[in-house]
Amino acid sequence: MIAFLIKRIANAAFVMLAVALLAFIIFRFFGDPVEMMVNEQATQADRAELRERLGLNDGLITQYTRFVTNAVQGEFGISYRNQQDVMVLIKDRFPATFDLVLVATVISLVVGIPLGVITAIYRESPIANALQLGSIVGVSLPSFVVGILLILAFSVSLGWLPAFGRGETVDIGWWSTGLLTPSGRRALVLPSISLATFQITLVMRLVRAEMLETLRADYIKFARARGVPTSRVQWRHALRNCLMPVITLTGMQIGNLIAFALVTETVFQWPGMGMLFIQAVTFVDIPVMAAYLMIVAFIFVALNTVVDVTYAWVDPRLRDDTARAGGANG
Amino acid sequence: MQNTATATATDATLLPVKPSRYARLRDSDLWFSFRSHPSAIFAAVLLAFVALTAFLAPFIAPQNPYDLSALVLWNSEIPPIWNTDGQMPFVLGTDTQGRDILSAILYGSRISLIIGFASVLLALSVGLTLGLIAGYFGGWIDNVIMRVGDVLLSMPFILIAILITAIASASLPTSLKDVLAAPILIFAIAVPSWVQYARTVRASAMVEAKKEYVQAAKLIRVKSWRIMLNHILPNCMTPIMVAATLNFGLAILSEATLSFLGVGMPPDQPSLGTLIRIGNQYLFSGLWWIIVFPSIQLCLIVLSVNMIGDWLRDALNPKLR
Repeated sequence: MIAFLIKRIANAAFVMLAVALLAFIIFRFFGDPVEMMVNEQATQADRAELRERLGLNDGLITQYTRFVTNAVQGEFGISYRNQQDVMVLIKDRFPATFDLVLVATVISLVVGIPLGVITAIYRESPIANALQLGSIVGVSLPSFVVGILLILAFSVSLGWLPAFGRGETVDIGWWSTGLLTPSGRRALVLPSISLATFQITLVMRLVRAEMLETLRADYIKFARARGVPTSRVQWRHALRNCLMPVITLTGMQIGNLIAFALVTETVFQWPGMGMLFIQAVTFVDIPVMAAYLMIVAFIFVALNTVVDVTYAWVDPRLRDDTARAGGANG
Repeated sequence: MQNTATATATDATLLPVKPSRYARLRDSDLWFSFRSHPSAIFAAVLLAFVALTAFLAPFIAPQNPYDLSALVLWNSEIPPIWNTDGQMPFVLGTDTQGRDILSAILYGSRISLIIGFASVLLALSVGLTLGLIAGYFGGWIDNVIMRVGDVLLSMPFILIAILITAIASASLPTSLKDVLAAPILIFAIAVPSWVQYARTVRASAMVEAKKEYVQAAKLIRVKSWRIMLNHILPNCMTPIMVAATLNFGLAILSEATLSFLGVGMPPDQPSLGTLIRIGNQYLFSGLWWIIVFPSIQLCLIVLSVNMIGDWLRDALNPKLR
């Protein structure tokens, strides 16, 4: 187990180093960092001085090592656009994205699991077929289209819910959340539904496939034979055994949700990390782009590793080399 | 292989023993499965219709939306035809510059379909080549290719694509940016998607490379690339076909998303995503048709591709037969 753990963590570290290399290359070679930072009146001497101070005259390997060391300590430099520490900017915006991803995950589970069970139980019935078709539609709808249609329906036409912003938020230390105020909760409804749409269909399809498998198992037949009510067998005995893969999927998808939140955040003008990133892309604010890339990749890799290690811990058969194949999927 | 196939097709009438390509297709399980799935037929017809109208856009569209001289400002903001203020020939209305929405959608679909198709083609050729090489030769080259793939898969798809388009447009001069927008998008979408093909092909190449017929072929000095192309590749085409179809839908979605975020096609050669981005500015001004119709078209295209992909996956899955 310890060998597996070390191997898996080494693997994750390798991936993170590669991502850091990518971020470093972007930072170092696309646009001259010195030109981006100084103002136009700066003299040649000022520039040379800044170049020396940033360590851009050192060897590339030294620079890369320094980049990684700084990144590990959460130092991503100063934003070109608003001259602020990148980490402070991200720390400011992260809670907004977190709220969004959290609520979207909860929605996807609360809606996706029952729908999956229903399509499995009433297989071939009109309801199940309609839901199956609905799930294909759900996969095919781009999340920004879902967002726009929701805004058109519930904000523009009906005027029920706000179309942009976070509403009022409550600060807890440096953290802020919209979940504790009525206006914050109302502001969360539309963005989180539009972010959750795709995830709902994923959960639903997975639960359906698992349920169909489980319902054929002997212990289910035995429970029925013993006289346990059908609905209890389905919703308790069978469903419980389907939840493990759902938890895995949810864990692995959180990284994707954070990345996809940038689309939702653009549609709803949601002041999260994704909006920060898109603005950075527009203004070629490379330190912010590099930091965002590394943070999202880190969350992604960390969750995958945790899921893998947990699985290996629960199921010793997976500690062999075969476990690697599932590693980077997601 | 190629020659015999054409010969069979032409001689089919004389030699009933060997069925023609058409007959083989007609009697195949795949065609039977297709005919018995109404949703697959519906999706195929829909996709064919969309593709046909998109490619005939220059001939059937009421207006050339790129030709600025064809745009007349007093024709702006006309609602769709069934509205009391609607006017012919603007069936789906016009935008704020007097651009006919229907024409813009036809031209936009053409761009979206071409970019989606080209990026799948690029990803396929890169993925198949690298996957074959990795699986057939193994060793360090396999390690390098698969590690690169691992790193690409450890970042969200959309993030890689955005980064590539952002870097490309930041490092290109302004004059080239718009000209190269489509190739950049094709490349940006292909980069994160080749890995899936490479993994699939590699797995079967590794199995096939150990089999006796490959050893025999090696023994009689058949060239490596010939073994890979003629013997190994055909053995893994089934999962590749399914993946390519589903990825075609994903590629169109990704293109639309990138264009919507403003890092894709520029407003003067709009894809469906760009049209939605433009329409998004008028979301609150009651001009709903500017945004709703391109959105519907985009959803219909992706939906039909996904329905075909879903059907194909089930039809080619031996477990479900």
